[in-house]
Amino acid sequence: MAPGPGSQPTGPGQVGRPILATRDLSLWYGGSQALSEVTLDVPERQITALIGPSGCGKSTLLRCFNRMNDLIDGVRITGDVLFHGQSILGHDMDVNALRKRIGMVFQRSNPFPKSIFENVAYGCRIHGIRKRSELEPIVERSLRRAALWDEVKDRLHESALGLSGGQQQRLCIARAIAVEPEVILLDEPCSALDPVSTARIEELMRELRETYTLVIVTHNMQQAARVSDLTGFFYLGRLVEFAPTGELFVSPRDPQTEAYITGRFG
Amino acid sequence: MPPRPSRAEARDRAMTALTAAALALTVLLLAGLITLLAVRGLGAFRVRPLDLLELRDGSRLLVEIRDRERIPAGLPGAGHHRIRARTGNRDLTGNDFLWIDESEIVHRSRPRDAALLERLEWGPFLGFAAELRRDGAVLARGPREAFEAARALLPAKRAQWERIRELERGEIGAVNRALERLRLERRALARRALPPEERERRESALAASIAEQQARYRELAGRLDALRAGFERERLLMRTADGREREIPLGHVVRMIRPNALGPVARAGVYLSRLREFLLDEPRESNTEGGIFPALFGTVLMVLIMALAVTPFGVFAAIYLREYSRGGPFVRAIRVAVHNLAGVPSIVFGVFGLGFFVYGVGGVIDRLFFPDALPTPTFGTGGILWASLTLALLTVPVVIVATEEGLDSVPEIARQGSRALGATRFETLVRVILPGASPGILTGLILAMSRAAGEVAPLMVVGMVKLAPALPLDTEYPYLHLERKFMHLGFHIYDVGFQSPNVEAVLPLVYATALLLIGVVLVSNLAAILLRNRLRRRFASPHL
Repeated sequence: MAPGPGSQPTGPGQVGRPILATRDLSLWYGGSQALSEVTLDVPERQITALIGPSGCGKSTLLRCFNRMNDLIDGVRITGDVLFHGQSILGHDMDVNALRKRIGMVFQRSNPFPKSIFENVAYGCRIHGIRKRSELEPIVERSLRRAALWDEVKDRLHESALGLSGGQQQRLCIARAIAVEPEVILLDEPCSALDPVSTARIEELMRELRETYTLVIVTHNMQQAARVSDLTGFFYLGRLVEFAPTGELFVSPRDPQTEAYITGRFG
Repeated sequence: MPPRPSRAEARDRAMTALTAAALALTVLLLAGLITLLAVRGLGAFRVRPLDLLELRDGSRLLVEIRDRERIPAGLPGAGHHRIRARTGNRDLTGNDFLWIDESEIVHRSRPRDAALLERLEWGPFLGFAAELRRDGAVLARGPREAFEAARALLPAKRAQWERIRELERGEIGAVNRALERLRLERRALARRALPPEERERRESALAASIAEQQARYRELAGRLDALRAGFERERLLMRTADGREREIPLGHVVRMIRPNALGPVARAGVYLSRLREFLLDEPRESNTEGGIFPALFGTVLMVLIMALAVTPFGVFAAIYLREYSRGGPFVRAIRVAVHNLAGVPSIVFGVFGLGFFVYGVGGVIDRLFFPDALPTPTFGTGGILWASLTLALLTVPVVIVATEEGLDSVPEIARQGSRALGATRFETLVRVILPGASPGILTGLILAMSRAAGEVAPLMVVGMVKLAPALPLDTEYPYLHLERKFMHLGFHIYDVGFQSPNVEAVLPLVYATALLLIGVVLVSNLAAILLRNRLRRRFASPHL
């Protein structure tokens, strides 16, 4: 069985203090429950992977961290989500300011129908940086961090839609880091990419870990094993097991986890 | 031997052939229509030779041959051919065109001295120049000499004509408008409560201004009379083929040519000059001659004002339906209603526009802002603004539907990407969704503009007229006169083609006007399509 409600976050050997945390978080879409009493701590400057079979609630949890579930009608939440120890679920929360600090990269790359430059500058413009002279260094820095600069520096003002899938996904990462977030949420960022692009993104995630906290949802257990520091296994809306990645994959404590990572279901 | 096609294959081929035939037929019909309009319309300005015909009964006629056809059975002379000939000289004979049996013609020739005079009144005159006179004294005599001498004077006469028109329209018009304004001020003054001495002071000031304008009017009228007298000094004596004579004031001649003596370059020059007159001049002789510029201008301006009105209106409505409303049966019902609105007969919109805009809104505006002019309505009568708004109402469903489709083409995931970066709903709308939807919005606008440019029925009750005294846009403050009535190419076609006493003479003009209307629609569509394709290249979405 999963750890009981209100159990202390697992994961001995964690480094860094928790930047994001959930406490007994449950979520319903209309009548169907998607998350049941999830409690976990996401440590700072680490990569936390959330794995589990389809429909287990891992993406839903990710979207709780930047309140993207607000955009869906009929969502009901109990429990709490903490960012730097403060609840972010209150009505007085400035959601747009929160989303500036907690960026997100989606499963399908979604560059805006604008130039490469404007895509990266988008968030900065939204948050009040309008001068080109200020935007240019930010765009260059973000594209460099996203390992895309050398490929696009000569065509910054061409449409972002002309890029390949892998490039588009890295552009979305550049777009997310351009606003200097503290956390980047990645929702299956490589599921639509070929192995070469996937490898580049994974490499990029390891580099970004130096500066940012990353939370990644993935279907791909090898990917979780390769890139993450901590892994949480979700099943039927519950957090079954949350442990340092090496530990979870080598000696899972829960039989469901073991069954999943050895490929017996999911 | 190739294998026999199976039944399914044969059916497939038959279906392909059927659809291809349907398309081919459509294209053929459209091409035929355009070709007909182009040939007839552009042929209207051609220089035609003048034929001198001697008939069996001894009469002589100078004509422009327009048509030749077999005499229909049942008429005398059936089986032979007859020609339709333009004789001109309506002031002498009372008609412009004649059917002549070819069997009646004993001799044809094309004399080089035969002259065609296009006049301000009475249509063209066909004949031979005899004498040019000034104040009764002969300046030149003989067909060629008189003609050339008159032609040399023509540019100066045309300039005088322009000057007269300018004086009438411009300066005298301005004085009339000033007098009208003063009259209204006086009426306004009469209704206001003022201390007697103040009232007296103002009234005497007004009376002084009125006297001043009246003096100015008398001065201008005197100048106009002088100009007119000079204008009619030179007269050209013309002789018809059968020897009748007519003195034509040179000032009334718009253009004079000797078609049989013109080389190809000169013909092309006349063609261009006629085309220019058609496009840029005002109509004369109750629209049967002259140009169609006011109609062209009115059509384009009305469509532009309509586009300005319909775009925000339709786009906002579509944004609400697609982006803000929560869906459900009510919104679905509204959407169906909007789609159905596109099928309401356009005259119904016209009548609604008359009741709502003209009498309703216009009446209120008149009572609030122009009470002194009442009972003469200012906005409470048809005008270009009301016509444009009526058409905007007519075309708003088109814009809503196209905009909704454009908004749908922006993927949900792009909206989420923007929100995830901390953009508000409004910022997302303005920065991501609307740019992505702009090709769709433009498509709607193109459709709306084409529809509006071709509509005539609803306009007949909300401000379109046969002949508008002034353009709705001019150099007089406030430059754009939204309350003015206007002319329209579509109505012009109907008016000239079907309401004119001289149908045969105006037929080519009708073709030319129709061609022009199609041209206006085509040009505006092309411009919008080019713009849309540019936007599409910029915003092309891979998710489509």
